[in-house]
Amino acid sequence: MIEIKKIWHYLTRYMDSFLLTGILILMAVGLIVLYSATGANMSRVSNQIINMLVALVVMWLVANIPLQQIMRLALPMYIVGLVLLIGVALFGEINNGARRWLNIGVTRIQPSELMKIAIPLMMAWYFDKHEITLRLKDYLGATVLLMLPVLLILRQPDLGTALLITASGFYVLFLAGLSWRIIAGLVIAAAASLPVFWSIMHDYQRRRIMTLLDPSQDPLGAGYHTIQSTIAIGSGGIVGKGWQNGTQAQLDFLPEQSTDFIFAVFSEEFGLIGNTILLFLYLIVIARCMVITANASTQFTRLIAGSITLTFFTYIFVNMGMVSGILPIVGVPLPLISYGGTSMVTMLLGFGILMSIQTHPKLVKT
Amino acid sequence: MKRHVELRNHPVELHKFRFRLAICACFVLVLFLILYVRFYYLQVSQQEHYYTLAEANRISISPLVPNRGLIYDRNGRALAQNYSAYTLEVIPSKIQNIESTLDELAAIIEITTTDRQRFRKLLKESKRFNSLPIRSRLTDVEIATFATNRYRFPGIEIKARVLRQYPEKEVVSHIIGYISRINDQDLEQLERNEELNNYRGSLHIGKIGIEQSYEKQLHGVTGFEEVETDAAGRSIRVLSRTPSIPGNNLILSIDLGLQEAAEKAFGERRGALVALDPNNGEVLAFVSKPGYDNNLFIGGIDQENWSLLNNSIDRPLNNRALRGVYPPGSTFKPFMALAALELGKRTPEYSMSDPGYFSLPGVERRYRDWKPGGHGRVDLHKSLVVSCDTYYYSLANDLGIDNIHNFIGQFGLGKKTGIDIEGEVSGLLPSSAWKMSQYKQKWYAGDTISVAIGQGYNLTTPLQLAFATMIIANNGKAYLPRLVKQIQNSETGDVEDIPGKLLYSLNLKPRNLEIVKNALVDVTRPGGTAAKAAINASYTFAGKTGTSQVIGIKQGERYNEKSINERHRDHAMFIAYAPAENPKIALAVLVENTGTGGSTAAPIARQVFDYYLLGKLPEATVAKLNESVEEHVHDHL
Repeated sequence: MIEIKKIWHYLTRYMDSFLLTGILILMAVGLIVLYSATGANMSRVSNQIINMLVALVVMWLVANIPLQQIMRLALPMYIVGLVLLIGVALFGEINNGARRWLNIGVTRIQPSELMKIAIPLMMAWYFDKHEITLRLKDYLGATVLLMLPVLLILRQPDLGTALLITASGFYVLFLAGLSWRIIAGLVIAAAASLPVFWSIMHDYQRRRIMTLLDPSQDPLGAGYHTIQSTIAIGSGGIVGKGWQNGTQAQLDFLPEQSTDFIFAVFSEEFGLIGNTILLFLYLIVIARCMVITANASTQFTRLIAGSITLTFFTYIFVNMGMVSGILPIVGVPLPLISYGGTSMVTMLLGFGILMSIQTHPKLVKT
Repeated sequence: MKRHVELRNHPVELHKFRFRLAICACFVLVLFLILYVRFYYLQVSQQEHYYTLAEANRISISPLVPNRGLIYDRNGRALAQNYSAYTLEVIPSKIQNIESTLDELAAIIEITTTDRQRFRKLLKESKRFNSLPIRSRLTDVEIATFATNRYRFPGIEIKARVLRQYPEKEVVSHIIGYISRINDQDLEQLERNEELNNYRGSLHIGKIGIEQSYEKQLHGVTGFEEVETDAAGRSIRVLSRTPSIPGNNLILSIDLGLQEAAEKAFGERRGALVALDPNNGEVLAFVSKPGYDNNLFIGGIDQENWSLLNNSIDRPLNNRALRGVYPPGSTFKPFMALAALELGKRTPEYSMSDPGYFSLPGVERRYRDWKPGGHGRVDLHKSLVVSCDTYYYSLANDLGIDNIHNFIGQFGLGKKTGIDIEGEVSGLLPSSAWKMSQYKQKWYAGDTISVAIGQGYNLTTPLQLAFATMIIANNGKAYLPRLVKQIQNSETGDVEDIPGKLLYSLNLKPRNLEIVKNALVDVTRPGGTAAKAAINASYTFAGKTGTSQVIGIKQGERYNEKSINERHRDHAMFIAYAPAENPKIALAVLVENTGTGGSTAAPIARQVFDYYLLGKLPEATVAKLNESVEEHVHDHL
């Protein structure tokens, strides 16, 4: 009995039970929707359970590492990530017209995934180093650290990941105290550079934006996804069509229904009531993450926690936004619910860091 | 120094950070609110709209094609029927190289050159996404062979179809007509009539004959099936079903036995025969020789057969009974005789001397009688019995063209009868007004002379002649000739009779009718022009022979049958009814290019009467039937 208690204590020592509960509930919702979205395909569901277990183990491991050690990893991780990205640009495998994967002999990896964690870590580390003397040049330095990998990812091209990484980096900049004047300047500069961006964009990217503005322009091509997912959500109504009863999902009108568009399946079958509950669950998890962030003791932990929290939120917003037809279609999964191992691991790795911040003794910097 | 700064700044930094974090929290809440508003808009405000779209996505409506109504003769013998068969069909839009695909297909399933020609013609006339048959009536072996090779032929499918068949082929082809694939003109027509919806899924439509004219009755009402389909178009389940209502069956007034008897009587000769029931206008037989195999047209006719039919000198596609126009010749005379009596231009007792020709006063030209030297003294009775031309030349001159036109017009000559199949032509019964409007010329007295004996401008169809004969036979009643006697509701089996329609009655003096009708009976008795045909008949029949000129004979020349091209020889005509005292059948016979009515047309009428009144089959048929009975007996021994 005492042994079990000891083991339990050992296992949960660095877990934040509030956050863990929220994550597990969302995962359970994810499995229920996935079962319906795959047409009761148990093998897909058990695959996803394995993905979740692996991700939970990763989270547990990370949560057990004190932040000082994680901090030491920031620079090497960033450099390795950057080298791999350059490797992709030079020797990457082309898949569906994009060069995103790198074959490193044993397996194929997608270095941009690694950068989703490495960049906020690196930037938080960078600001932590320059904590006392934060000047404009330090923000410029951080921006360079951000833009190098982002440009490499844009070249692949992978607009969705580039935007998400830029967002995660920008959150660090913002939380580190980037002056309002510069933010205003950036906004104006961004608006001014839109036409430039438009001209250097790939055709498929332009098409996606045009399709967002008017999906009916191309109902069988690029607009098909948006039209079908909007129909699925709208036809769900207030109470939804019921689990496994969504016609859009069950009769395969929805594209990518177990991955990027799984929210449409959920929304069609559980209606506005389901959406309300899901948004609420996400909001609770985000709120808990915000509390952890607010209580973090060092510049590094604050910045990394804030960035992870806001990036988590960004995934949710961009995914739901694109599925419901108010944002262009970028390949962003719905955190903790979409099918897929990589994003699950990345996401829980972030939560692991948050738990580590919350549960390790808060050291005052000396 | 460093420590000092840190100590002083730390709470400030933390405060500043928390302020920024609070801004982020607001940012999160605002964006979630935007999402929520979007969900509310989609799922509450627009729910109905999107629900409709989702339903339209999953539900596809497929037509259930009704079975076409069947066609029977008056005794229930099938004239048009349906059978189920498997067809091999090609969707051209799904195939890159049709010719080479067909070559490959021909290696596993027999495809004749005729099949190919027919298919090519169809291909030219159809839209590319239509499914076109390349073979029909696949055998079980062929179906199995194709099924195992199916993967090699995307765009080619086996389909179960209900196909039309005409078992009697050329015997009734000019009555039944045929159905064929719906073409662009048909579609336009259907759209104009707002019937397009009822033809969703239908491949065929009646093109000619009964099949065309009774299309509405025969087609039926298309049903619909709501099927749930997935994104790939596969059917998942049937949601609802409105069954189709099959087309109504038609029972024709045609007596197939009589029709066959008439066909046999014609032998290989060309011509037409229309037989009506004088008591109600029912068409008992409707023959146009030669006929054609109307089955050829159903799936689309191939080029070879088409040009064979279309270019044949015998013109088998021409419906002679309905659309052929011929001078009525001497069959015109009974109507002239009635006109003379009714209009008081001749009395029965009046007689004239026939020198063998007639001349208009003060004109040298002679209008010859068919009999050189003439018939001696001729009264009205004799003029019909021996078919004296001179009598009618002089009569016509006294009547004048417009009296002739007005009186004989009442018998329906030169007008459409209004029979219940489309395509009838009107022919021509000339008048002075007609000549003026047509040629801008006044009518000359000489023009009337040739009209008197049914030549000149006179043109009638065999159907019109039968109609006019019926009116004499039944003492003045003009019944609408019609082919469909009954319509059977194919669901309930209820049979609805179509009553005879009396168009109008002529008010003819009974005595005048009697005089003419007595003369017509004597035409078939010794001394009459049709005496030979009536030898030993056990009933009395009345008739009038006629000869219809194909080419004009010049003044001073004689018609010499042997010296004239066969196609330019005279047509033989005969109108008749029987039994004379209580007519049950009235008919008109035309035999092309065979000379006089008495020798070739009247015997055909005799055989038809024998069959209809006595149940006696024409000799050729009798022999054949005996054979088959013997075979039958053999089978059972």
